[in-house]
Amino acid sequence: MPLVLFWIFAILMLAFGLGVVFLRNPVSSALSLVMSFVALAALFITLDAFFIGVIQILVYAGAVMVLFLFIIMLLDLRGEETRRLNLAAWTGGGLVVAGFVGLLFKVVSTQPGFDFPKPPISRPEISDVALVGWTLFYKFNLPFQIIGVLLLVATIGVVLLSKKELK
Amino acid sequence: MDQFISFALQPEVFLVWTSLAKTLALLGIILGFVSYTVYAERKVCAFIQDRVGPNRVGIPLTLLGMKKDLPFLGLGQPIADALKLLLKENFIPASVNKFYYYIAPKLTMIPPILVLAVLPFGSSLFGVPMVIANINIGVLYVFAVSSLGVYGIVLAGWSSNSKYPFLGGIRSTSQMISYELALGLSVIPVFLLCGTLNLSEIVLWQRENGWMVAPGWFKGLTIDQVLHPEAWVAAFQAGFSWQRFWIWIPMLISFVVFFIAMFAETNRLPFDLPEAEQELVGGYHTEYSGMGFALFFLGEYAAMIAGSGVIVTLFFGGWTLPFVPDGSSPSFFHLAFVPGWLASLIWGLVNIGVFFGKVSVLLFVFIWVRWTLPRFRYDQLMKLGWYFFFELALVNIFITALVLAYVK
Repeated sequence: MPLVLFWIFAILMLAFGLGVVFLRNPVSSALSLVMSFVALAALFITLDAFFIGVIQILVYAGAVMVLFLFIIMLLDLRGEETRRLNLAAWTGGGLVVAGFVGLLFKVVSTQPGFDFPKPPISRPEISDVALVGWTLFYKFNLPFQIIGVLLLVATIGVVLLSKKELK
Repeated sequence: MDQFISFALQPEVFLVWTSLAKTLALLGIILGFVSYTVYAERKVCAFIQDRVGPNRVGIPLTLLGMKKDLPFLGLGQPIADALKLLLKENFIPASVNKFYYYIAPKLTMIPPILVLAVLPFGSSLFGVPMVIANINIGVLYVFAVSSLGVYGIVLAGWSSNSKYPFLGGIRSTSQMISYELALGLSVIPVFLLCGTLNLSEIVLWQRENGWMVAPGWFKGLTIDQVLHPEAWVAAFQAGFSWQRFWIWIPMLISFVVFFIAMFAETNRLPFDLPEAEQELVGGYHTEYSGMGFALFFLGEYAAMIAGSGVIVTLFFGGWTLPFVPDGSSPSFFHLAFVPGWLASLIWGLVNIGVFFGKVSVLLFVFIWVRWTLPRFRYDQLMKLGWYFFFELALVNIFITALVLAYVK
């Protein structure tokens, strides 16, 4: 059953990921990205990583992409739909992608133990939310606090910069 | 036959068909609830404005050749409304972006219905827990799914390709993003107190320790305690602590912020700026007609019901009621002639009834507020969200942490 779900959501994710690149309407691209995030979240959930999956939807699909969409709609980007495709850019991009896929295939297939099935991931005793909390606050407490301060600084910076009259 | 039963009782198969049955039953109940909330809205509105309201559509006996119809207080009104909306012409303006114009109403209807999947709407029937998906991150799931609801409104506003819907969509986006912060932060005190994100466990916690809006009571109120008051007093003395008493203040703040943010999230008055009629005609659904409009309309009510369900689960003890046992109770007031399975069935159904009863009370408050309070101005709404509720919810987390750490 998880294998079937994996294929369904992997295909959905890749299809919408391609949609981000190939659709010419910016709103369609942004919404394809949202759907791709939702499918990715579903993949996390099939791995029993409920917390990561839900945060993926909450933060990326629910907050970040709404702002993206907001900006795209306000800018009203009509030019992209009518733009002519450039043959040289297409071939160049295709070559780079083909090279990269070949490289990836080479690396993964020469990895020792590639064709052996891996043992299943052991399921921890406590829920994954608690596990994330424990890891953050016990193992990586100092880096976590530093990131907190960094984010605070960024927030203050944004507030200062977006104030209309700078004194 | 025996083979079939043993197949149906395999753990995985059992899970699948019970979940399917629960989903269908809940969906049926909720859609019925949605249409009768519309009826209640019209009735309550009429009562507040000193009118009669819909009171004609009942059983049309005149169609069968009888002298008089049975009006039944107009309880048939939702059926007539639905028929009207289904039969109306689904007019599509020429300049719309067809694909998104079609898909937007569906996107507003889906998230509130997905939210219902994690709400524990009853204790258990025949030992099957009355929650479709009992996941450990229940509340986060609720926020994640309901944050997707904004896409429907935004897309409707954008794809209509018309100025009033667009303004409505933009307003709605900024409003929902702003109030999501207060909404998410305001429930953190609840988790600090319970120590879990699982909605079923939060309900069980409240049954033991009192509802979040009134956490003053004591270890599990049961029927036996009514019959033996001295046991009740002993339980009160054993369960009482100053922490339980003082924690009431942050919990009330948390409830008030969550409740008001829920009004903003569901675009209800006094926060219905996205569809403010005097300024924006109909807001984001101006260009919709027929079933498209109906889906927006019903989506708003479905969101209200899902929101009320979340509030009931988090703050009002979910399906629990003092002195009412849950669905595993084998006795019905110690009456000998009621067999054990019938008693559990009765209590299980009572628990479900209690949950929907509480939801109905909250829905009444939603309607009551709509027809009583005037609308905010848009800058007032934003100021209220960012300068007041956001800070209040943030400070409330610290108050809760202080009470939990220092008061014993």
